[in-house]
Amino acid sequence: MLLISVIWIDLPENLPVRLPIGKSKIEFKINPLTIDTQIMGVTIKKEFKTRLGLDLQGGSHLVFETDSSKIKSADLTDALNSARDIIEKRVNFFGVAEPVVQTIKSANNYRIAVDLPGINNVNDAIALIGQTAQLTFNEEGTAEAKIATQTPVFLRLTKETGLTGRDIKKATVQFDSQTGKPEVGLSFTAEGAKLFGEITKRNIGKPVGIFIDGMPISTPTVQQAILDGNAVITGTFSVDDAKKLAIAINSGALPLPIKLIEQRNIGPTLGQTEIKKSVLAGLIGLTMVLVFMIAYYGQLGVIASMALIIYGLISFAIFRLIPVVLTLSGIAGFILSIGMAVDSNILIFERIKEEMRKGKDFDIAIRLGFGRAIDAIKDANITTLIVAFILFNPLNWEFLPQFGMVRGFALTLAIGVATSLFTGVVITRRLIKMFYKK
Amino acid sequence: MVNFLKYTWLYLLVSAIVIGGGIFSIIKWGYNFSIDFTGGTNLEYQFSRLVDRANVKKVFVGSKIETMEIRQTGRVFSIRTKAISDAQETELIKKLETELKTRVTKLRSETVGPTLGKETMIKTLVASILAIVGILLYMSFAFKGFNFALAAVLAMFHDFLVVIGSYSLLSHFFGAQIDTLFVTAVLTTMSFSVHDTIVIFDKIREYHKNEGRGEIINYANRALTETMVRSLNNSMTIIFMLLALTLMGGSMIRFFVATLLIGTITGTYSSPFIATPILVFLERKVKK
Repeated sequence: MLLISVIWIDLPENLPVRLPIGKSKIEFKINPLTIDTQIMGVTIKKEFKTRLGLDLQGGSHLVFETDSSKIKSADLTDALNSARDIIEKRVNFFGVAEPVVQTIKSANNYRIAVDLPGINNVNDAIALIGQTAQLTFNEEGTAEAKIATQTPVFLRLTKETGLTGRDIKKATVQFDSQTGKPEVGLSFTAEGAKLFGEITKRNIGKPVGIFIDGMPISTPTVQQAILDGNAVITGTFSVDDAKKLAIAINSGALPLPIKLIEQRNIGPTLGQTEIKKSVLAGLIGLTMVLVFMIAYYGQLGVIASMALIIYGLISFAIFRLIPVVLTLSGIAGFILSIGMAVDSNILIFERIKEEMRKGKDFDIAIRLGFGRAIDAIKDANITTLIVAFILFNPLNWEFLPQFGMVRGFALTLAIGVATSLFTGVVITRRLIKMFYKK
Repeated sequence: MVNFLKYTWLYLLVSAIVIGGGIFSIIKWGYNFSIDFTGGTNLEYQFSRLVDRANVKKVFVGSKIETMEIRQTGRVFSIRTKAISDAQETELIKKLETELKTRVTKLRSETVGPTLGKETMIKTLVASILAIVGILLYMSFAFKGFNFALAAVLAMFHDFLVVIGSYSLLSHFFGAQIDTLFVTAVLTTMSFSVHDTIVIFDKIREYHKNEGRGEIINYANRALTETMVRSLNNSMTIIFMLLALTLMGGSMIRFFVATLLIGTITGTYSSPFIATPILVFLERKVKK
């Protein structure tokens, strides 16, 4: 009993210690790990950073719909996963911190959602991500070669050679030694080199086309057989274009075409003012609540206020621990849970008062009050948890909401309510006992 | 003990007026659906100098972009259009800058395809129905009686009507839009409503346990008398919080918080004045 109570009392005392360390990590970059491991064990080996959602930090949320009509259903999952990985590779080029790329299934549609925090050149990102980048080498079909020398050269290049982006080891941006124009150099894999050698050998004096997503990029005429496994794509592109093309080829072709269907960009300034305003408003609201509680319940109100502050610190620590990405709706969920935490305290105090009115001793009144209140608190909070659970959709069922806002809200609400079950009851009780024993 | 239930007709009348007003507004004015539901593009631009709304409109017309709504708050413009592409937007910004001789800071731009909207709606509905079933099951179990659960859910439905009705008014007079945040707010209200009701029902359950099956109306009145202070205090604290956020919080969440505020008020109101009378009615019916 004594041991348990020591642990109970320890926890709230240790938490505030841990948090300033967590905070100071951001400001002064002091490593908090040594102290953390002493307190809570190895599991705390995490960075205690508050992660802000796109709406607060600024950034872009993109949703692409995939066109799976050309893919066998058995291969679909693989195709989607590799598409996701490829997009991730492409996104990394933009130097975005912590991009989130995930696949979403909805009815018969498969989507890929891309979150790019703090990005400015969204249009570039969209263009690069959306590119299928299916690289193919075509030669003249036998039929076309005979008929038309009049038709543009790329229309005659209809026969696929079997050489594709998969046979390419690496694509790099380089510059033409004579004109200084940017071009993309390709080096083939061993197999690709062999194939390319054969293609060039049989097409000497004829054009061979390099196509991306069916669009001709360049259609050089082969001068001689190229056997060293290197090729160059020339064309009229800028350095940037060449760079993007190289990235697209390097990251591999998307196994299925995608189309942008949703896009949300939030400038960083908007998020900052929103945070500032909401935090200020939240603090004022909180102060009013504390003043009200103290004014109405006196000593008990002071205790409740302390419990509430501890509650806030614990919840915040949990947000960092998981970590929860804080969005506007997430903050709203947290605020609601604060309201419910206060409610737990009010319920308990009203019960204690009730018992005292019946002429019971203060000690007994506290014990009875807590016991009575706990039923209502438990039931009320469990129903809230049920709702939060369904909204959060933890199993990612496709018939339930999968959008970020609702889930962010549900998650902070659930954490908040679960924490308040703990602080509202256990900590308030400890605090009352501590203060009234003296 | 105060005989709260004597005035049941008054409570029902108040609710009927509020809900009636809301439904009238829904029928008459409907809602502004956000692009979350209809598809389209939302733009929020800040100009470096004060420009005239009509001139902004002119640029849009010149770019052949169909606008549904242009709202101005100082140098910040919120514009809603049919879905446009990025290329169109880049061109638009260039045009705005040259024609209006101002610099444009892009605060926000959102484009949603039209197919997503319906899906969002259906999914949210399914989630709400599941949540209601969950609450019914849990309460039937915790209170060992379906009437408690039913009364709580009916009161919750009452709050639902109040919130969607009053939002239609907000929508009409202040341009609030139905978006995913609103959906979140409605769901919150519904869970808060049940939360609040349970506290009162818990009291009634306790009397049942301690004193056996007595006259339900007495129990109910006693429960209301004893929980009234708590109900008011509790709602007060939440209302403080939300009021501060509504008046001072950021513009993005203003309507969201306002909806929560309405939800809290009606949620508090419905627990003693709607849920409890319904429970009394249901319990009495069972006895007869």
